[in-house]
Amino acid sequence: MPRIAGVDVPEHKRGEIALTEIFGVGRSRAQEILERADVDKNDEPRKWSDTETREVRRLVEEEYVVEGQLRTEVQMNIKRLKDIGCYRGQRHRKGLPVRGQRTQTNARTRKGKRKTVAGKKTAPRK
Amino acid sequence: MPRSLRKGPYVYYKLQRKVDDLNESNSKKVVKTWSRDSIITPDFVGHTFAVHNGRQFIPVYVSENMVGHKLGEFAPTRTFSGHAKSKVDKRTRRA
Repeated sequence: MPRIAGVDVPEHKRGEIALTEIFGVGRSRAQEILERADVDKNDEPRKWSDTETREVRRLVEEEYVVEGQLRTEVQMNIKRLKDIGCYRGQRHRKGLPVRGQRTQTNARTRKGKRKTVAGKKTAPRK
Repeated sequence: MPRSLRKGPYVYYKLQRKVDDLNESNSKKVVKTWSRDSIITPDFVGHTFAVHNGRQFIPVYVSENMVGHKLGEFAPTRTFSGHAKSKVDKRTRRA
């Protein structure tokens, strides 16, 4: 398996899909990379020649912000919002949805597992 | 959809005038404002604004990273102090 940017890229998947294993590379960026490296996007990584692998690796590692660096960047952005104390920062701090979604129901991705509150009224059963 | 760049950032003209006056006279005074939708521009940095939240004025000291946000983002309009403790006692509830 070729290692690119510190991640193992699956060699038995189409190149376009295999590259999305890297944090910061989605479908469109994967296609863009392969096009720039002059590799067929349907070719699986095991079929890449050494020069092709090297070119893809160089592009991913040098021309794009991926993996750890990208994660740090995202964290820094969130930290900035928290530090200036704006509305979005406060939502991040409380672990609630940031973009104005409802919270009476749903919002489980942000709030995590349901925490049952004792004595909370439920709808009367017929 | 974001605002057209052609128009530039929105700042309530009266607020802009007050900030300009402060910058010109190099003075620091708290500017009371209701204009929560005004964008913080670089010339706001270092000033304190009293931003209305619908009930009272919240003092907001503008620092450099706040540029590009709106004044209202720093003056929360809702007060939420946790959920109320259950009034019903455990013994009576099962009755």
